Amino acid sequence: MAAVLFNQIVGDGYWHLRVVGEGEHVGAKPGQFFHLDCPDAGGRLGQGRSYLRRPMSVYAVDREARTVDFLYKVTGVGTAGLATLRTGDELDLFGPLGVGFSVPEHTSHALIVARGAGLATMGPLVSQLADQQIAVTAICSFRSPEAAVGLDPFERTGVTVMPVYDSVDPASEESSGMANLGQLINVANQGCAIGAVYTCGSKRVAAMLNQLPSLTNVFSQIALEQRMACGLGMCHACVVDVRIPTTAERNAGSDDQQTQGEWTKSKRVCCEGPVFALKQVLV
Amino acid sequence: MNDHGSRVAATPEGEFLVDLAVTCGGVPMRTPIMPASGTFSSEMDQVIAVDRLGALVLKTTTYDERSGNPVPRVSETAEGMLNSIGLPGGGYRQFLSEVLPIYLEFGAPVVVSISADTVAQFGEMTEALSVPGVAAIELNVSCPNIEADGKAFAMSTSATAAVVAQARQATSLPLWAKLTPNTAEVGDIGMAAQEAGADAVVVANTILAMSIDPITREPSLGNVMGGLSGPAIKPIIVRMVYQCALRLDIPIIGCGGIQSGHDVAEYLLAGASGVQVGTVSFVDPTALERIEDELVSYCLEQEVRSVSELVGAVKTAGATSASDMEVAP
Ligand SMILES: Cc1cc2nc3c(=O)[nH]c(=O)nc-3n(C[C@H](O)[C@H](O)[C@H](O)COP(=O)(O)OP(=O)(O)OC[C@H]3O[C@@H](n4cnc5c(N)ncnc54)[C@H](O)[C@@H]3O)c2cc1C
Ligand SMILES: Cc1cc2nc3c(=O)[nH]c(=O)nc-3n(C[C@H](O)[C@H](O)[C@H](O)COP(=O)(O)O)c2cc1C
Ligand code: FES
Repeated sequence: MAAVLFNQIVGDGYWHLRVVGEGEHVGAKPGQFFHLDCPDAGGRLGQGRSYLRRPMSVYAVDREARTVDFLYKVTGVGTAGLATLRTGDELDLFGPLGVGFSVPEHTSHALIVARGAGLATMGPLVSQLADQQIAVTAICSFRSPEAAVGLDPFERTGVTVMPVYDSVDPASEESSGMANLGQLINVANQGCAIGAVYTCGSKRVAAMLNQLPSLTNVFSQIALEQRMACGLGMCHACVVDVRIPTTAERNAGSDDQQTQGEWTKSKRVCCEGPVFALKQVLV
Repeated sequence: MNDHGSRVAATPEGEFLVDLAVTCGGVPMRTPIMPASGTFSSEMDQVIAVDRLGALVLKTTTYDERSGNPVPRVSETAEGMLNSIGLPGGGYRQFLSEVLPIYLEFGAPVVVSISADTVAQFGEMTEALSVPGVAAIELNVSCPNIEADGKAFAMSTSATAAVVAQARQATSLPLWAKLTPNTAEVGDIGMAAQEAGADAVVVANTILAMSIDPITREPSLGNVMGGLSGPAIKPIIVRMVYQCALRLDIPIIGCGGIQSGHDVAEYLLAGASGVQVGTVSFVDPTALERIEDELVSYCLEQEVRSVSELVGAVKTAGATSASDMEVAP
């Protein structure tokens, strides 16, 4: 159980929730998530109460204050229920769950490309990278300037964000089009070689990153979403297809990062993810 | 607490023992409470003391390797969920070498659940999986019978009997037949399983269901149809347990929508000797432990010294046989 400190709307249908958690909650690592038992959204018809828990990324953790933050978009009954929480209310959170991001040793420059709710997932990672004094290039994609939420962790850590928007001229440097993103990344890479890539929130972005020649051999991770039931690895609801190394590749010492393997094998997002090697994922 | 299924509780009159132990379908168990197949795996050990469960009923293993159904594999509905997971897994040979050993370590009785496309495959799997440490085999006859146009074995008395008889010849272990609620006469199917040599019936698997998103106009599941589980189905399955109890001599294991100790008592009163608990563990990962505590509290309040006293103890006025009852409401 956790107690709600605040729960406020921050724009574009997104809410920022902060709870005071218990010891195990604040051990959450970047990329991990909690399974939330969302309260009743009220009203007998249409809404009511979500039966299953809802997965939600950790947006921020403060160990000293024992707080855990979430940034969520109201999209249905579960998140509508979350939006009813008031200061002092109790929230049942289960977690932290899943395997989060990892940062390779000797990384001096990391690239983050995120969109929508994917921004929430990046929050704790930005803090970790800043703590490790790793330079960060952050490209954050939004529908429009009015829809830009989830930038607090970047501002707090002094990471400069390059915002890009769907609403601007595709030829502009602020366009969220794939050609412009590729261009921005190549420029950033020329200044100081990118040693790690992290993405979340857009399949198109993930596909673009996967195909960008300048990033071919760069350590790259993606946080995925999938509908869940148990969140613990028991039910096999949350699977995604991934490439796994062929026997020949494995014998040649290839790891999940480099594999070109043609096989696909289901992996459970809740316990084998949500973070996967980008090159392993079929996008 | 001690490990023989008795839980001691203090009352004003002194110590009061509630005996939770049951023998269900040939398997002596610490408590009548077990996880349901497909809703439990070793990961639960992170949250509860798995060794204290009545038995560990494992995810159904199949004859061949299967990749499972397309996503979305789950969706939710009022007080329940739909699933079409599709029995993914590496097939029974891989299960035997890589999966089963993990569960034999826990110390609770292990029940292996199997499913196959044909009667012969059921027999072959039963024989291969009757290895030391396995306490019973659960025959998931709710799966489609490839030899009968994909109709579930458990929709037909003869197909159910054929599977159970084949398995009976292949093993001396206790055999549990897990029935489907998707049939008009679950009592007939239960009788067929009993006559063919089953030691218990599990009532029941999920109810075939479907839901559609009116905005996208798409079914909520990738597989279009799936199985409904959770509290929404409980009164239907309690009724089926009751109907089976009126006719069968072998034990019945109730399964469907259990969320609390009172729900367990309800199933026992309807005639179940044990229960399996599924979907609620997704909502409350510690549910199996909590439900045991609640069952003990119920027994204390009701002055029930042994849970086996509850089995079939529903008070119905008059009606004593299935045929006595007016079925229409
Ligand atoms: C690991 C993980 C982390 C996430 N982190 C965030 C986050 O930080 N902020 C945020 O706004 N959203 C996040 N999501 C998505 C969030 O879980 C869904 O938006 C939410 O479950 C929707 O529930 P609902 O009842 O409001 O909507 P409904 O559409 O009514 O939900 C119906 C069903 O679909 C499932 N569902 C719907 N959309 C998604 C989705 N995108 N991913 C997974 N399941 C979904 C629900 O869990 C539920 O079972 C995350 C998802 C995952 C898997
Ligand atoms: C996600 C999920 C997976 C399941 N997998 C299996 C399975 O592999 N074999 C089986 O016999 N039943 C399976 N079931 C059915 C359950 O064992 C149980 O019969 C059913 O869910 C009803 O119980 P409940 O309402 O407590 O969940 C599954 C149910 C769910 C929800
Ligand atoms: S949600 Fe159950 S296995 Fe991932």
